[in-house]
Parts: sequence; structure tokens; C-alpha cells
Amino acid sequence: MNEPSTTSFPLTMAMDTFGDVTFDRDGNPLSHAQTIRDIVEQGTLADAVGVDFFGIGEHHTDDYPLSAADVVLGAIAARTERIRLGSAVTVLSSDDPVRVFQRFSTLNAISGGRAEVILGRGSSTESFPLFGFDLSDYERLFEEKTALFAELLKGGPVTWNGSTRASLHAQDVVPHAENGPFPTWIGVGGSPQSVIRAARRGFNLMLAIIGGSPARFAPFTTLYRRALEELGQPQRPIGMHSPGHVAATDAQAQEEFWPRYLEVIRHVSKTRGFSIPTKAMFEQEIGPHGSLYVGSPDTVAAKIATNLTALGASRFELKYGMGGLSHSALMTNIELYGTRVIPRVRELLAEHPAAEGSHIALPEPV
Amino acid sequence: MTSNTRISTIAVLGAGHVGSAFARVAIEAGYRVLVAASGDPQKIELIADVLIPGAEPRWATDAIADADVVILAIPLHRFHAVDPVLLAGKIVVDLMNYWSPIDGVQPLFEDPALGSSEIVQRRLAESFVVKSFNHIGYHELESERRPAGSRGRQALGIAGDDEAAVSAVVDLVERFGYDALRIGGLRSGRILQPGGPVFGALLTAPDFARAIGYDAAA
Repeated sequence: MNEPSTTSFPLTMAMDTFGDVTFDRDGNPLSHAQTIRDIVEQGTLADAVGVDFFGIGEHHTDDYPLSAADVVLGAIAARTERIRLGSAVTVLSSDDPVRVFQRFSTLNAISGGRAEVILGRGSSTESFPLFGFDLSDYERLFEEKTALFAELLKGGPVTWNGSTRASLHAQDVVPHAENGPFPTWIGVGGSPQSVIRAARRGFNLMLAIIGGSPARFAPFTTLYRRALEELGQPQRPIGMHSPGHVAATDAQAQEEFWPRYLEVIRHVSKTRGFSIPTKAMFEQEIGPHGSLYVGSPDTVAAKIATNLTALGASRFELKYGMGGLSHSALMTNIELYGTRVIPRVRELLAEHPAAEGSHIALPEPV
Repeated sequence: MTSNTRISTIAVLGAGHVGSAFARVAIEAGYRVLVAASGDPQKIELIADVLIPGAEPRWATDAIADADVVILAIPLHRFHAVDPVLLAGKIVVDLMNYWSPIDGVQPLFEDPALGSSEIVQRRLAESFVVKSFNHIGYHELESERRPAGSRGRQALGIAGDDEAAVSAVVDLVERFGYDALRIGGLRSGRILQPGGPVFGALLTAPDFARAIGYDAAA
């Protein structure tokens, strides 16, 4: 048996969006431009109500037009003081690690050191043909590019050779990060090799848990901690990202979310080749053994606290929004998450500190 | 393959999300499980230790040689690197799927006249290829297991050209905790592929049969 790790990290309550296009009162999709302006509002509100982190996932489709998430994050940075800002995720394999570093180092400068990056594949693949990459090269691209990104984060001149971009020789890459490397995560969906890669590169671990029982990811957190130990690296924070929707009551949250969810999954299933979920499957997912956080603030908070404890994770990231919901429903979701869910999660974790295996540090009560 | 093969040792090629989930279920069903990834077994020791307690990491060559059945749970784009000679004479269960919008275009699998497992069989000409387990999610493979005869037990389709190999896999599926449904030869296996009526769906045997257009009584 290994010594139980005593390392703990502060609880971080985060939100992220894929930039899902919102609809107006009559059920018509809003323009891409309006959706983007609304996301700036949403990020600003998240800061005001006490959300710790706001993320935007890179996408390149008509229903998720957030292809330049870092620009939007820059606008939010200029209007906020406290909230941390980052990607969720940056599709590094189809991007240039040097440019990703430059953009997020710039965001870090604008925000006074509040930038973070989550690197990953995400679940969409549109950026590969768009930028001229072959999906079957995915592993090589990601492996090489995460290695280069880790080098860039160290600061100082970078020397690098590989097959996926031009070599660098003692290259100064600007802007220099102000206070050392900004937090970098790897988003992992289920691949054990990706967990080990995150440890090997010295990146934090973000588990994308979008279906099924969250508890089945517990062995991944053990794998990550063991891998860090064997590599002689310090322990690092573990986060979990899951979709959901918060409204005043359970019934209202479900009524708002289910038809939109069904529609989006119906659409996505065509390109992914899987079958369409039934209402019974949805009910399983919003229940205690599923991965959707849909309900009243109390329902969602209880589920978050339970699963953070089960996984020994210190960060929860709610993917809010679902194509077709209204901007005002999303604003309500953010407000309830900040003012009701977050305090309740803190209370629950303080009431039942998971003595063994807890990796969450809560501030002392004032 | 003529004799009745009773499976006791399983080689799982691939220690990713699919391979490790399959291996865990196989160990819990009482099989001896050898796992192999590309190259040195040391590279997957930690994964095996944490995620697949009880599995023995091996070089692929050794794992295959010692096994009664070989599970192909590698990324499809790595299949071309598998040496058919190593697999000659073995029952090979193909868990792989080809879905170009996600995997990218794989020229080897771009024949519209053939299912992906038919292409696998053509390449592994001396092996007995069986298609199964490909249409259920890897996490559902663990969570949806139920004892024989219990209500709501899910069905898994099995397609293969060799009757003895199919029978061996039927036994495997049943012992894992699923109703095994023989759907015919590898050609019929195309109905289990992405975009098909049962891919990613959880169905009991009668619903499964209906979904693929078989009479429930058949």
C-alpha cells in the first residue's frame, strides 16, 4: 500500500460553456455575434456571483461558434477582477503550441495572472479538416504538441525538434508569462494513457465525465496520483467537468433542459454514429448515478459534493448551456450556481469532510 | 476450427479505455487475462496494477501464444501494424469500430462493400474472426452485466464465419453477463457497426432482434 497522500488543494467551483447558440423567446437562434456578446455577459456575471473559474471550449460549428475563445476570454478579463479564465478545451492537436502559448500568455497579462489552459481533444473533430490535419495523426500530434507546450510554459528560450511543426532553436517566445507558468490541465475522457501523459508532462488532470456513473472514474484519480509518485513529481489538482443546468426547482430545470438536450444529442448522434437517448436514460443520468447535474441548487450541490468526495477531486466544472436555451435561462443558471450551489457545496464538504482520501482544502470558517 | 474450444485464457491487445474495461470484466468473470500494448509490458504495468488488478502485462507475442482467444481492442488505425502470422489459428474477437468522422479516413477500411470485421478477417486470413462487444460502450460493458435469466439483461450480437469460434464467444458473452445473440456470418456483422440500429443502444434480446429486423420468435 502507498502512503495516503496528504496533499490537498483549494476547492474550485468552475463553469464552462461550449458557446452553445441561444434562442430568443420565439425559438429562433440568435446570431453568432449576439451569442458571443452574451457569453461576455455570462462570464462577467459568473465573476460577480463568486464563480472561481470560467471556461470556453473551442468549437468550429454553426451551433457552437466559439472558434476564438481566447478573444472572448480577453473581453471578460477586461471587465472582471477575480475570476480565473481559460479554455475548456483548447484543441491543441490542430493548433500551433507556440500560438496557443502566446494567446494565453497575453490573456494572462490582460487578466493580471488569471489565465489557465485545458488541453485536449474535446469531443468535436471539425478543427482537423479545417486546419488541414489528419484525424488519424491525432496521437502523434497531441504527444508532440503537449511536449512542446510544456517546454514553452517553463519560460526562457526554447529548443525543440519534432515532426509536427518547424523546429525551434533557442527561441524566445513572447509575451513572457508574468509569474511563472500558468495552470495547464489535460482533459481526459477515458484513456488511461492520457492520464499517464498528464502526469508525465506535469499537467493537472481534468476528467470529462459526460455519461454514466462518475464513481467509475475513481481508479483514474488513483492512476494519476500513482503515476506522479512514480515520476517523483509533486501531487497536482484533479478536476471534473460535467454538463448540467440549474433552475429554481428540479421540475423547472428538467423541463428547460430535457427537450434541448434531446435535440442536441439527436443532432450529434448522426455524426457520432450512436443511438438517441430515451427519457429513461436521461432520468438515469440526472439521478445519483449519472453524470448530468440538472435540478434545483440543492439537488445539484448535493450531487457535486458527493462526487468530488468520491473522486477526491478539488475542482468541479459545470458545463452550462445547451443549444436552444435562452440567454436569460443561462444567466439564472449562473446566478443560482454562484449564490446557492457554491455555498451549499462548501457547507456539505465542511459537514462531511471525507477524512481519508480527501484532497480538498476548505478555508477555515471565519 | 472444429473442436469445441473452452476459453480459459484471454489475451487483450490494447490497454486503452476499451481494452482495460474488457480485461476487468473478463477477470471478474473468472478468466485468466494477459494484457499487451505496443511494446514493452513495463509501460502498462501501472495501468494494469491500478485499473485491471489481476491482469498480467505481457509482450503481445507471448500473450497471444498463451491465449485461447485474442481480443482486438486497439485503435483501428494501428491495426495495419498487427502481424497476421502471430494470430494464425487463433480465435480473434474484433472490438474495433470504423467511423471516419471521428477516426479520420483509414484507406484499409474504406471499402463500402465490406464491413470492418470482414476486412479484419481478410487480413487475418488464418485466424477465426468474430465480431462482438463493439456496439456497447466500454463503461456500459461493466455496468450493465446481469446474471442469466434476470429481468432487463442486455443482449450482445455475435457474428462470425466459423461456428466453433462463434460458440466459444457465445459462451464468453454469457459468462460476462449478457444474452448472446448469434446474428450470422461476418457479413451480417455490418449491422453492429456505428450508424447501425444497435450501436450504442442498450437492448434486451427481443428488442435487439426487433431492432435488427429479426422476428423475435426466431
